[in-house]
Formats: sequence, structure tokens, C-alpha cells
Amino acid sequence: MIPASYYLILSAVLFTIGAVGLLIRRNALVILMSIEMMLNAANLTLVTYSRFLENIDGQVFALLVMAVAAAEVAVGLAIIVSFVRHRDTTDLDEINLLKG
Amino acid sequence: MEISIAPLNLLAIAPQIVVSVTALVVLLVGLFLPEEHRGRIAWPSLAGVLIAAGLLYYLWDRNDLTLSAMLRTDGYSLFLNLIILIAAALAILFSVDYAGRVRLPRTEYYSLLLLSTTGMMLMTAAVNLITLFLALEMLSIALYVLVGLNRAEQRSGEAAIKYLVLGAFSSGFLLYGMALVYGQVGSMALDDVRVHLLSTGSQSPVLLWLGLGLMLIGFGFKVALVPFHMWTPDVYQGAPTSVTAFMSAGTKVAGFAALGRVTLVAFSGLQNVWIWVLAVLAALTMTIGNLAALRQTNLKRMLAYSSIAHAGYVLVGLTAANRTGLDAVFFYLFIYAFMNTGAFAVLIAAHRLGSSPVAGENLDDLAGLAEHRPWLAAAMALLMFSLTGVPPLAGFLGKLYLFSAAVEAGLIWLAILGVLNSVVSAYYYLRVVVTMYMRDKKGAEVVPAPLCPALQLGIAVAAIATVFWGLWPASILNLVTITTRSFFGG
Amino acid sequence: MLNYVWLIPLLPLLGVLVNVALGRWLSRRIVAFLACLAVVASFLVALLVFFEMLGLPTETEAGGNGRERIIPIFSWIVAGNFQVEARILLDQLSILMALVVTGVSAIIHVYSAEYMKEEAYYARYFIWLNLFVFMMLVLVLGDSFLTMYVGWEGVGLCSYLLIGYWFEKESAAQAGKKAFIVNRVGDFGFALGIMLIFATLGSLSFEDVFPAAKSLLPGTATAIALLLFLGATGKSAQIPLYVWLPDAMEGPTPVSALIHAATMVTAGVYMVARCHAIFEASPLASSVVAWIGAITALYAATIALVQKDLKRVLAYSTISQLGLMFTGVGVGAYAAGMFHLTTHAFFKALLFLCAGSVMHALAGELDIFKMGGLRHKMPYTFATFLVGVFAISGIPFFAGFFSKEEILFSEFVYGNPVLWLLGEITAGLTAFYAFRLLFVVFYGKSRIAKKLEAHIHESPSLMLAPMILLAILAFIGGYIGLPPVWGLGNAIDRFLHPVFADVPLAQEATGRATLEWFIMAASLLAAGLGFLAAYWLYVRKWGMAERMSESAPGLYRLVYDKYRIDELYNTVIVKPLQSLGTALSSTVEKRGIDGAVHGLAWLTDRAGEGVRRLQTGLVRNYALLMFVGIVLLVAYLIIRRVVGF
Repeated sequence: MIPASYYLILSAVLFTIGAVGLLIRRNALVILMSIEMMLNAANLTLVTYSRFLENIDGQVFALLVMAVAAAEVAVGLAIIVSFVRHRDTTDLDEINLLKG
Repeated sequence: MEISIAPLNLLAIAPQIVVSVTALVVLLVGLFLPEEHRGRIAWPSLAGVLIAAGLLYYLWDRNDLTLSAMLRTDGYSLFLNLIILIAAALAILFSVDYAGRVRLPRTEYYSLLLLSTTGMMLMTAAVNLITLFLALEMLSIALYVLVGLNRAEQRSGEAAIKYLVLGAFSSGFLLYGMALVYGQVGSMALDDVRVHLLSTGSQSPVLLWLGLGLMLIGFGFKVALVPFHMWTPDVYQGAPTSVTAFMSAGTKVAGFAALGRVTLVAFSGLQNVWIWVLAVLAALTMTIGNLAALRQTNLKRMLAYSSIAHAGYVLVGLTAANRTGLDAVFFYLFIYAFMNTGAFAVLIAAHRLGSSPVAGENLDDLAGLAEHRPWLAAAMALLMFSLTGVPPLAGFLGKLYLFSAAVEAGLIWLAILGVLNSVVSAYYYLRVVVTMYMRDKKGAEVVPAPLCPALQLGIAVAAIATVFWGLWPASILNLVTITTRSFFGG
Repeated sequence: MLNYVWLIPLLPLLGVLVNVALGRWLSRRIVAFLACLAVVASFLVALLVFFEMLGLPTETEAGGNGRERIIPIFSWIVAGNFQVEARILLDQLSILMALVVTGVSAIIHVYSAEYMKEEAYYARYFIWLNLFVFMMLVLVLGDSFLTMYVGWEGVGLCSYLLIGYWFEKESAAQAGKKAFIVNRVGDFGFALGIMLIFATLGSLSFEDVFPAAKSLLPGTATAIALLLFLGATGKSAQIPLYVWLPDAMEGPTPVSALIHAATMVTAGVYMVARCHAIFEASPLASSVVAWIGAITALYAATIALVQKDLKRVLAYSTISQLGLMFTGVGVGAYAAGMFHLTTHAFFKALLFLCAGSVMHALAGELDIFKMGGLRHKMPYTFATFLVGVFAISGIPFFAGFFSKEEILFSEFVYGNPVLWLLGEITAGLTAFYAFRLLFVVFYGKSRIAKKLEAHIHESPSLMLAPMILLAILAFIGGYIGLPPVWGLGNAIDRFLHPVFADVPLAQEATGRATLEWFIMAASLLAAGLGFLAAYWLYVRKWGMAERMSESAPGLYRLVYDKYRIDELYNTVIVKPLQSLGTALSSTVEKRGIDGAVHGLAWLTDRAGEGVRRLQTGLVRNYALLMFVGIVLLVAYLIIRRVVGF
């Protein structure tokens, strides 16, 4: 059986990739994907613990998080679409009307 | 195998249910109303909020665990829910005219406002990591949309994007922290975390500490603590002003509710650890917030930075981690809801008096307000003085409480920094008053627009509240002390 | 009547409320009438209370102060262990202050009604003035530090608003701002002092704090006293926070008379007298008060010598006189300090009102070297001004003589001869600049611009009556405190004695008659020299002062430029704060984050990730800063857990 630490390290790595992706990518859509990745990395941790602790809560939580993530991305896409109608760009580096 | 279904104590969460059902009803009703009558949706929404507030009163002495120990209806959540409902009610009053004028889709607007309120109210009651996260997301997702709801305004969309990206970013950390805590404790219940820490104390696993840190970040983002505050000025500025008014008060209450439950209950065994984290965050938040506000000429941004600074003040009370501290936090959040939403409401009124889409946002727009709108100017002056902490207004008492709690807890340096910060903050608040009273309107174009009665009522309530609870705080303080006594199990 | 003492502050507040609600629709005459009525009525109530108080025994059977009453108004804060009642503390000290405040206010309100009648925002002026009186009464009548703080902030606010009353004028707006910033420094100290009191004694009410003050550790007592005194230096314009008061002269002249001479600026002296238990507990703090006072007195008097602006001379004179009061209370002669506060309120308000009358006649002219020879054209103003000058210079039988005398005597006996010497020098300088004003403005040839010459007129009777009333007070006001050697007894010392009964030094001069005569003679000499010098320079040898300033230009310039303190403040405090603010909004928000971005980008780049195209995009910068915060927080937790400190 694969030890729990493998899963945990994998999820930590995935989480870091997600976080760094958000920090370094400019495209709003890619950023949404990075967020998904962070959430799913956390899900993997939850499920791992759930499996090894033999406690169902973690898996339930993971399912709920998926629903939340879906909602978040749906809203995110809607906002981006609505924004693109103004500016025709999804490049976050070009969005800086509000500053100071 | 016998499946037992725990009895659902729905009564305990009746206020939340009422608000969420109202949200759905409003959404449905809106479908059948012609566009020009959709403004009326405000009234059923307000009714829902008021009914929920009435239910709070009915539930007042409860201390119920409900929904399989996912939520707790106790004095803590009931009192904070009261504040949230006040903020929601005020926001609805402010929106009656404003939402139509800036052409927000009103059906969705009120519905989302109520859903976000529901999320906040669930958050104050959440005693389980799952409900805590779900409530947080419920309020956040609704707010993401609300912030970007003004589709005619590019800045509204930009604010929504920024809020969403950063909000989701912080949610990721929060969730990861929760997963780590769950892994170490083996349970999602905050009470189990507390019990676990009772036995391990500061010898608890490092991953648990990490989990605590990441959760603090997640909630710190919601209440806009430095350095997790960067979204605040942009989002507050870009969002429709009524939304800003609502979120500046409501989100903070919900965020502090969660912070309070997590630190004072779940992680009480690590108090000597998080106290320093919170103290440093409080110091940074007060200082950066106030200093950045000093040079703002855009009022929405200025109030945004000011709200950051106020989050810092409130955090001082939480850092004190004693009963006086929690008393102070509750009292401050209560009056802050009036002060801050009221101040934004004055900007809404000033928007009505101007003609451009950003009217009322700049300091200059308030010039000479005392001449042609003396009552509005007087209300704004009161709110500004209260935010500064000028005695005998409510804001002064609130700060006095917060800082004396810090002194009582031995955090004298934090109290001194707090006083120093309020001294600095006086500068930018008073500048608003000076602009209203001591500068003439240039260009001399004064729109003799009548203000919506609901807006006037809301502003009057907020302004009177700062005076009333400054002079007669006993009514609220008694409520607060009873609440915190039950919270600390006294 | 004692139980109706709450009417004293309530009446001005009613004046505020009525004029706020109805001021827009009422005629100017009625607005002014209501405002005056409120204050006059308040004064009458205070007077009735005072007379009733005189009928009470001075001592209770238990040996306490028989004339002290605490009148509850309402329960302000009641929560757990933190209780504050809003109550009025009525005793000899507070009624004296209430009388001075309402009395002088009433006189100046009447004067204002005429003086300000041409101004826009007439109702607003009276609203603020009434609000000021209310706040000042809250300050002096409150029975706890909290109520005192309410008044303290309130009067500051009104003062600030009234300084900037002519807000169209840039200099007025700047002066208001300056007053505000400087006072915030003082208020910061005051607030900290109050917090420290609460932290150490657990209460803010006077009746709890003062008896417990003796038990304070010397260090704590000193810290509290010095913090409170920092507040006083702000409000009462002492070194180092005096810089705002001369600029405050941008406000209307009646405001200068009322707020910046007679009442608000004396709040610091009242506060020290009220808190004498705390200052007594710290000899160090008391001597700081005395020395700061003495140095300020001398310093401000030297600046007043060379100012050419009528009101500025008076402003520096106010600073100097306040310094004298602080020296008095600093050496423990609290009653003497309060006595001088009272007489000063009369004669300084009088001098300001006369100045207002002169400005009124000369269309706002303030340069005294563009006046001259006014004594025939404005006989009443001249006569009342003369009384004021006599009073401030310490000419015998005028009010200032007695009160100044008592302070100088106390300085010598309880303080130290050096303090006294400074005081005598100040007295000489005071006489000099006061007579200089008199001679330059009212004597000699007219230097008034031709087109104004025809305009000169004596002020209307509504302005003259208040001036004459104050002149009478400035003359007779001193007789409430005759020197002991005169054998008639010092009424005000006797009256105030129960309040200061716990002060160790008994204010008796038995066996010190010689000393007292000597000090009186010295003061007379100082005043006489000052007078003669002024007479010599400005009457006999007109123009010599200018030649003198040419022969010692450096010194004269330095003094004329007020020792360049303003510039110092500007460079040391205001500029850095401004640039800090600018730096934070532009640099931290725009550049600092960029900087952090660049720093971390460098790391990420080295980590081999694709950060080649790092550009400044704000959302991502925000995320990066958050990330930095997260990393620091997590690092702290891990290090703390692993290292285990």
C-alpha cells in the first residue's frame, strides 16, 4: 500500500503549482485553472486523510468543495465574459483602471 | 444496519432559512415583474430581513447545536447575525433608488444580497470546518457577482475580477489549512480541535500549526488584514456603492466571527502562538490602512483604507483574547456597521446630487455640501467624527473599549499604536468635514435633486445610532456582556 | 439651585440646537439674540449656584470639602467592571471656571453680534461659538477624565473650525490645519495619560483617581503627569507645542478673545489644578511644569517685543501669560494660578476686543506701524485699552498686579529664585510690549493710509459696552485676591482653599511680610522699567527702535522670525509626515509592491519557472504580496514550532 505521505507530498506539490501558476500567469482563464488546481490539491489532501483516518467527513467535504469550485469558476467565467465585452482582453496585466 | 437520522432542529437556523427563502422568492417574483416595477423588490427583501431579525429576538437565549453539530445557534452567532441583518437592512434601504439609477439588474441584485447575507449568517454559526468553508464561499460567490453587477461600468467588472481571483486564491489556502487541521485532528468539528489541543498543547504536530496559519490567512483576507488587504481599495471603489456599504460591514462581521471561533475556541490551546501573529497583523493593518488613507482624494478608496484600519482596531480586541476584548469587538462591530454603511450611504446621496457616473466619489464633490444639504452634511460630519473616535460618539467608546482590553491583556504597545493611529486618522476624516463646511462649491452647479426617502431614513438611522450609542451604550453593552459570558462559559 | 447646575451646560447646547434647526430661517438679529440669551442665562444660573454655594459651610463634619457636590446626569457606560457615570462635579474650582467661562463668553457673544454682522455664515458662527461654550463647560464641570476628554476634544474642534472661519483665505485654512495637527500631538499625550490612569487605577472618575494618586509609584505618577501635561502644552500653547496659537489669530477677533485668550487655552492650567493630586505625587513632573512655564513665558515675551501685527503681539503675550500660570501651578501655588487665569481672562479678552475695535475702524488693518494717534479719534477704545495695558503690565491697583504678584511670590518662596528672576524679567518685558502697543497705536502721529483716515470712527455701543464691562472687571478683578501683607485677606485663596486643602504648602505668609514687600517692589521696578523703555523708544525717540534693529540686525531678525521654529517644525515634522503619506500611497502601493514583485520574481526566476515575462499587473502583484505575507506567517509558525521558542 502506498504510504499517506506520498499523497500528501503530491497534493502539496500540486497546491504549490496552482499557487505559483496564479502568481505568474497573466491570462484570466489560466488563473481560474490555477485556482481549480489549488482547490483540487486541497481536495486530494482531504481525501487522503479521510482514507487513512477512516473518517468519511473528508470525502464529503471534498465533494462539497467540488461543487463550490464549480460555482466559483462559473461565476468567474461570467465575470470575465462580461468584462471582455468592455475591453476585449483577458490579460490581467492590462486590467488596472483601479489603483492607487 | 439501522440508519438513524438526527432530528433536525430547523428552528435554530430559522433566521438563515428565512433570509435564503426570501432570496429565492425574490428571484421568482422578479421574473414576473415588468422591469419598471422591479424596484419594489426591495420591500419584500427588507421584510425578509426584518422577519429574520425578529426571529433572532425569539431565539435569543438559545444555545443549540443543529444540523449534526454543524452549526451552533448561541448568543455569539445571534448577536453577530443581528449586526449582519442591520447592515443588510441598511444596504437595502440605500439601494431603493440607487440600484435603479445605475441600472443594476434588480431582481438578481436583491436576491444575491440576501444570499450573501445568508452566507454571512451561517458563518457566524458555523462550528465545523465544512460549514465554515461553505458559508464563506456562499457569501463570497454572491459578492463576486454583486461587485461586478454594474455591467455598464468597466471598473465594476475589473473590481469583480480582482476580487474573484484574490478571493479564490485565499480560499485555496483556507481550504488547504482546513485539510491539514482535519488530518491532524481527525475531525472537522472545532470542538474536537480544541479537545485535541488540550492534550497536545504546544507539542501538537507542526502541520496543525501550519493549518492554523493558513486558516488565519483565509479569514484575514475576508476582513482585509494587511498584507491580505490589497483587494480592498480596488474592489470597494469599483463595486456599486450600495454593495460596498454592505460588504464593508457584513463581510467583516462574518470574518471576525470565524476568526473568533477559530482562535478563541478551536485553537485556544495555542493562544500564545496566534496572539503574536494577530498582534503583528493588527499593528500592520492599523498603520498601513491609516497611512494609505491619508493621501486619498477618492472617498470610496479613502473609506476602503479606513475600513482596513478599522479591521486592525477590531483585531486589537480579538488579540487581547479576554472577555473585555470580545466585548469590545462585538460592540465595535455593532457600531461600525452603522458608521461605515452610513458613510457610504452619504456617498450614494452625493452621487444622486451629481451628474457624472462617478459623482460623489471625489472629495471635491462634497464641497459646500453644508450649504445646500445641511442635514446630509451634518450626518456625514457625525459619522466622520465617530469613525475618528471623537467623544462622546459611539466610535470613541468602541475604541476606548478595544484599547483598554489590550492594556488589560498586557499589550500596551498595541494600545499605544492604536491611539497613535486614531490620532493620524483624524486628519483624513476631518478633511471630509472641512470640505463640506469650509469650501465652496466650484462650478456652482447644484442639482436640486430630491433624495429618496429610504436613503434619507437609512442615513438618519446611521447618524443617530452613532450619537445614541455613544451616549447610552448600556443597552447594547448589556447584551454584549451576556453574550460573551455565555461564550466564555461563565 | 445646586441641583439645577446641569442647566449651565444645557443652555448653550439648547442655543446650538435651536440655531441648527431654525438658524436658516431666522433673521440675523434673532440668531444672535438667541445665542447671547443662551450664554447669558447660563451665566446667571452659574451666578445663582455660586451664591448658594457661598452659603454652605466650607467643611463637612468629616473634614471634607463641604461645598463639593456631585450631581448625576445619567449613567453613561455601565458594562461589567467598566462604569462611567456622566456627572457634574461642582466645587469651588469648577464654579470659578464656569463663572469665568460663561461670564466672558456672554460679554464676547454680545460683542460678536455687532462685530460679525456683515459676515456670511452668521448663524454658523454663533452655532460654533455656543457649541464651544457648551464643550468648555463639559470640560470644567465633568467629574471624570472621560468627560474632561469629551470637552477637551470638543473645544479643540470648535477652535479649529473657528480659526478657519474665513476659509476663503488660504492663510486661515492653513492656520486651522496647523492648530489641528499640533493639537493632535498634545491630545495623543492626553489620551495616553488617561489610558495609563485607567490601566493603573482602574477608574477614570476623579473621586476614585485623586485619593489613589498618592499610592502611585513615583515613576507611574510622573509618566501620567507628564503625559497629561503634554496635552496641556498643546491646548494651552506652551513650549514645544505653542506654534499654533499665533497663527490662530487668523480667526475672527472675538474668537481670539474668547477661545484663544480667555478660556480654551487656559484649559491646560485648569487641568493641572484639577489634577493637582497627581502632580503633587510627582515632584519631578511639577517642576517640569514650572520650568516649561517660566521658559515659555520669557521666550514668548521676547517674541512679542518685535511683532508688528497687533493681534500677534497679543497672541504671544497670551502664550507668555499662560506660561506664568503654569509656573504658578507648577510650584504648587494652584490658587495663584487660577487667580491669574481669572484676571487674565478679563484683561486679555479686553485687549483683544479693543484690537477688534481698532481693526473695525481701520478696515481690518493689523500692522501697528500703520496706525498711530488714535486716542482722540477713538476715545473709548483708547480708555479701555489703557486699562488693559495697565492690568497686564502689573501697574498697582489693576487686576494683573495682584495675581501676577501672587505667582511671583510663590515662585520665590516655593520654587526657586531663578524661576522668580525669569518671572520678573518676563514682567518687565510684558510691560514693555504692552506700552509699546499703547504708544504706537494710540499716540504719536497718524500713519494711517489717507483713504482710511476718513473712515475712522468709534465703534458702535454694542461693541463698546462689552469692552467697558471688561475694563471694569480688569480693574476690580484683582481685589478678590489682595496680598496677605495688606491685611485684608485673600478672598479667592480662601474660597479655593478646600479644593487644594491636601496640598502641603499652606498659602500663608506669616513672617514673610518683608519678602513680600520686596517682591512687590521688584515687580514695580520691572514694570516701571518696561514702561520707561517703551516710552523712551516709542514716544520720545520715535524711530530709534528701527535704528536699533539695524545696529543688531542678526539678533533682531532672529527674534522677529520667531526663532525660526515654524521652519523647524516644517522640516522636521510636517514635511516628513507628508512625504511619508505620499510615499505610502504612491510608493508602497505602486512601487513598493513592484519592488516586492521584482525581489520575489528574481527568486522565482532562479527556481527555473517561466517568469521571464514578469510585468507589472496589479492583481498579480496583490496576489504576490499576499503570498509574501503567507510565506512569512507560515515560516514564523514552522520556525517557532521547530525551534520551540
